[in-house]
Amino acid sequence: MTQETQRKPLLTGRNLVKRYGRVTALDHCDFELYPGEILAVIGDNGAGKSTLIKALSGAVIPDEGEVTLDGKTVHFQSPNDAREAGIETVYQTLAMSPALSITDNMFMGRELRKPGFRGKWLRQLDRPAMEKFARDKLNDLGLMTIQNINQAVETLSGGQRQGVAVARAAAFGSKVIILDEPTAALGVKESRRVLELILDVRSRGIPIILISHNMPHVFELADRIHVHRLGQRLCVIDPKNHSMSDAVAYMTGAKVPETELEPA
Amino acid sequence: MPSDTDNYETVVRERRAEKVAEFEEHHRGFMGNVQHALHVTPSLVPLIVLVASLILFGVLLGSRFFSPFALTLILQQVQIVGIVAAAQSLVILTAGIDLSVGAIAVMSSVVMGQFSFRYGIPPAVAVVCGLAFGTAVGALNGWLVARMKLPPFIVTLGMWQIVLAANFLYSANETIRSQDIAAEAPILQAMGAKFEVAGAVFTVGVVFMVCLVMVLAYALKHTAWGRHVYAVGDDPEAAELSGVNVKMTLISVYALAGLICAFAGWALIGRIGSVSPTSGQLLNIESITAVVIGGISLFGGRGSILGTFFGALIVGVFTLGLRLAGADAQWTFLLIGVLIIAAVAVDQWIRKVSA
Repeated sequence: MTQETQRKPLLTGRNLVKRYGRVTALDHCDFELYPGEILAVIGDNGAGKSTLIKALSGAVIPDEGEVTLDGKTVHFQSPNDAREAGIETVYQTLAMSPALSITDNMFMGRELRKPGFRGKWLRQLDRPAMEKFARDKLNDLGLMTIQNINQAVETLSGGQRQGVAVARAAAFGSKVIILDEPTAALGVKESRRVLELILDVRSRGIPIILISHNMPHVFELADRIHVHRLGQRLCVIDPKNHSMSDAVAYMTGAKVPETELEPA
Repeated sequence: MPSDTDNYETVVRERRAEKVAEFEEHHRGFMGNVQHALHVTPSLVPLIVLVASLILFGVLLGSRFFSPFALTLILQQVQIVGIVAAAQSLVILTAGIDLSVGAIAVMSSVVMGQFSFRYGIPPAVAVVCGLAFGTAVGALNGWLVARMKLPPFIVTLGMWQIVLAANFLYSANETIRSQDIAAEAPILQAMGAKFEVAGAVFTVGVVFMVCLVMVLAYALKHTAWGRHVYAVGDDPEAAELSGVNVKMTLISVYALAGLICAFAGWALIGRIGSVSPTSGQLLNIESITAVVIGGISLFGGRGSILGTFFGALIVGVFTLGLRLAGADAQWTFLLIGVLIIAAVAVDQWIRKVSA
């Protein structure tokens, strides 16, 4: 990706503060996400990564500071507000109902109803349309080997579940997709599949925020890396100019970044 | 610092050409296929048990059992439990339990009777008041479970005692006689009206039970609300994160359960003829029995309302069949107990399905 100096960030956080009692999880933290990029957020346990992400996805309401989307200030009160604004989050737990089918899970909370009398008065779901949509979205991401769109999610492997969760986010996330530890529970081959899915989604032009502890994955995918430390953004580094050991050293405080390394 | 220790980075930075994870079906074997079929259609087990018990008693008892009259008698005997069990199924699908169903049904029937006879309210209006009462108590249960985050077992255990005591206090333990109802408020007995089709005797209550099961089966399978009920029972946190209004779903389920119980109270007047505050004491346990035998998981999110219907019928078939065979009534309870444990064992086995 070429860095244009005049690019405007799509999603920003300014001066975000979040306190839990006497603990300050976010300490005047800034954040920028540019269109079309994969931004990785790394940081030690307890550095405040998840609080930052939750503030952006509406799961946490920051005490101070503002979040802007497309240049407009937004105030998300719940994850649903963020979803309506086009920000989809794939949680580490995936947030799927294991006993329900792939289609049901993809449309949970935003089901399609049949047109006319049967939808309006009998509240009947438009299953053929939902199934077609779900199948198309899975095909788009190369998950064609899932044969039966109506099989229960609990009968899928870990990688397939992650794939369905990513497909759900990609299908409905029009502005931003947030992925929380997408490969944490997966084996080597399944991780590879999910990483390819993420690149596929990026190639459609939707920017992605990737939270991960897996440095090889972060360095392979990310266009920029946001290093979080002690509730603040320590620096933003370009994975092409830094090594993984540098990143870990910044993250843990073993090394201090020489200058303001933010390329944008 | 191009030392050897940095070499691993160049290795992982290159795209590796590993074979991607394959998502294909592997072989299951016969028992695996059975497990898979049961997983997809959970009401299959109670249906098989129902058909098997019908055949068994048919062979043992012949035409005494296999007559339109005897078979429809089973329907009449299970109608109250069947209706209450439908309400219980909804609650258990959300991983809850409702111990107050019987008390709500009886108290609703008392409200219908007393409103008509004590206050002189038109019986049709009194019926509506009784239905509204049941819905209100159910909604209160739901509010306590969803908003106050109290365990459903505790909420409904308390509500059971409260409603039952209120029932005796309000009715002053008086029974309204069948003749009085028939003379002054026949609509209260409407659910008991009988009609005959070629030797088979049906009541309005039986028709209501069958229609209720059909409507609920449709709602659970083909509406967003029904899918939300399953999602909430399966994993409430996941449902919430996916955008389901968990609290409203829970309150609607408990309120609907209360309304269905009130209908059961109306059917109860039709069945016994009178309004008796002491009737229906075992409905909560009997409805849970029907739900469990019907294959609905007590852990929520699994099972179908048709299974509950079959479960109620299985209990009815065993009760009538063993009575006609001249067996001690305790044999019925013993066999029902065996069925309950077997049903839960099968549920645990189905849950282990992974492919």
